[in-house]
Amino acid sequence: MSESDVTRGGLRGARPGRDAVTGAQDAGRSRRGRRRRGRGRGEQPMVPEARFSSYYGRPILNKPTWQALDIAGYLFLGGLAGASSLLAAGGQASGRPGLARVAKLGAAGAISGSLGALVHDLGRPARFLNMLRVFKPTSPMSMGSWLLAGYAPLTMAAAAADVTGRARVAGAGATAAAACLGPAVATYTAVLLSDTAVPSWHEGYRELPFVFAGSASSAAAGLALACAPAGQTAPARRMAVLGAGLELGAFQLMKRRMGLVAEPFEQGGPHRLLRAAELLTAGGAALAAYPGTGRRRGRACAVAAGVALLTGSAALRFGVFHAGVASAEDPRYTVVPQRERLRARTG
Amino acid sequence: MSEGDTTAVSATGGEPPPSGNLLSGPQPNVAGAAGYPDAPPRVGFFTDTSVCIGCKACEVACKEWNAVPEDGLELTGMSYDNTQGLGADTWRHVAFIEQRLPETGREPGGGHEGFDAFEAARNLGTSPSPSPSPSPDGAISPVSPDGRTELRWLMSSDVCKHCTHAGCLDVCPTGALFRTEFGTVVVQADVCNGCGYCVPACPYGVIDQRKEDGRVWKCTLCYDRLGVGMEPACAKSCPTDSIQFGPLEELRARAAARVAQLHAAGVTEARLYGESPQDGVGGDGAFFLLLDEPEVYGLPPDPVVTTRDLPAMWRHAAVAAVSLAALGVASFAGRRR
Ligand code: SF4
Ligand code: SF4
Repeated sequence: MSESDVTRGGLRGARPGRDAVTGAQDAGRSRRGRRRRGRGRGEQPMVPEARFSSYYGRPILNKPTWQALDIAGYLFLGGLAGASSLLAAGGQASGRPGLARVAKLGAAGAISGSLGALVHDLGRPARFLNMLRVFKPTSPMSMGSWLLAGYAPLTMAAAAADVTGRARVAGAGATAAAACLGPAVATYTAVLLSDTAVPSWHEGYRELPFVFAGSASSAAAGLALACAPAGQTAPARRMAVLGAGLELGAFQLMKRRMGLVAEPFEQGGPHRLLRAAELLTAGGAALAAYPGTGRRRGRACAVAAGVALLTGSAALRFGVFHAGVASAEDPRYTVVPQRERLRARTG
Repeated sequence: MSEGDTTAVSATGGEPPPSGNLLSGPQPNVAGAAGYPDAPPRVGFFTDTSVCIGCKACEVACKEWNAVPEDGLELTGMSYDNTQGLGADTWRHVAFIEQRLPETGREPGGGHEGFDAFEAARNLGTSPSPSPSPSPDGAISPVSPDGRTELRWLMSSDVCKHCTHAGCLDVCPTGALFRTEFGTVVVQADVCNGCGYCVPACPYGVIDQRKEDGRVWKCTLCYDRLGVGMEPACAKSCPTDSIQFGPLEELRARAAARVAQLHAAGVTEARLYGESPQDGVGGDGAFFLLLDEPEVYGLPPDPVVTTRDLPAMWRHAAVAAVSLAALGVASFAGRRR
């Protein structure tokens, strides 16, 4: 094996290690007979398992270190706040002060909660201001931080002006400005998830912003239905129906488009969460569409619709979060689609 | 970096200009694109797994030099690999794959029954090793009459790929991850706030968060050693030169020659992984010679930097945001109640 000479001057010739030839005898025999395949993880998959190899079934990706409560909560609260800002501005412009107040308080409260969750999830919470150290369009988290840095104070100013009844003009301006940023706050979180190597998040990048937009509307509508005076909730009812439709439709489309990596959405815990989200959102929207008869019944109906819509939206975010983590933990979802892509490319 | 006899880069005098697209595709001048006007040539690793003996000297040297803490003493029971994978406290990981393959009649045969080691040792260097009977043509498995299979061990020292387009670096919101003048990717521990975004952004599962400390850690390609002209600790310690360090251009040339050599010797399964600037991450700064499919070693077969699709993601999100605003307006349109 060694083609080198050890001399007084040191090693001459080829380095033995570098140029050793492994098992070189039988020229040209293909070794396609590989028997290795990933181990299943207890569960029997519904579709016939695509054959693939893996390193002892271990994941290829490092799964997100994020805490479900913090990050799924952040997504939910961000959506609630963003869409509430729309209801706030609309309520204010259309002379529905009760609706506007609930929405303004909702937006300010939700965005504070979401910021709290974000900071809590940092490994070094004391360094949260480092988020504003750079402005980086390639980082959705950086863009989101700047967005929130602009948006959160606006919602608070709007809420404060409304509650205190002072600085009405400034308050109205803040409300309008928050409504301009709100939709971005509600949808950028989809980019936050998609801009990762996590298969079930990345592959949904086309539809996920629409799912989140719909989910944000149904949450904001739910809050307004549950808390605003009954006479002023007509826009919230309409928003609930439109939002639920957008959310459910976009989600179905997304799953159909994603192929294999849609599987984590339809298995185990994430599936239960998403199924619950579907039922709650659809049920909440149906309840919202019916104003109900009589005062007491109407009120109860609206509260039930609101609670269903809010929990539905939260369940959707947790479902999407956990499905992504599950897709990162199973090498199947990394290997199989990439193999298919390679095969398609090389023909 | 010392043994640069024919590096294409230094021969042409200076780096090629950075290519326009900063998110994906070939990028001949990473350091230039990151804002270093006259950077030294890009350096990296060529890990030739065909000569790796699985001694883990690299793992140890890395831990020692970089003072990486202990990461749990676990016995996996799956193989001799108890390190398991790259993470915050494992910057070099030696994968260890035990494969049962159909008997191929190659030198390191399977069953050793009836093999006299002393006899073989006596003949060492004097006579050519007895060549095993050739396997029947076209047969796949099992080719030996008694159904015996051959055992082979694949060993490979995995590391951060120091991608040309690094997902971790792209998504870091604080600028803690940065591109060095050597074209490598390094975390600044004093800036990282532990947001954890880089962890799921890495298509190879390299970078991870250290729980006790909250921040993320990964291979620095021994940035401190590079700065004073020394090669990284793992490459230095590798007894078989499986880990080779040097200017990337030179490593690529060397790797191509090595693959040709192995192919000529009949090791047709030898292939390079991560070396092509045309791949989904624009080529790895640390690339490999493998003897099986990448996924067998726990590597993704066709990794793509997630930010390649970021412009499309922003576009979709913008349309969704406008739709949401329209939905808000529509909710207030229509008859008053
Ligand atoms: S391999 Fe992962 S951690 Fe290393 S540079 Fe590439 S994306 Fe970053
Ligand atoms: S965890 Fe640290 S290095 Fe990673 S993205 Fe966040 S700030 Fe950047």
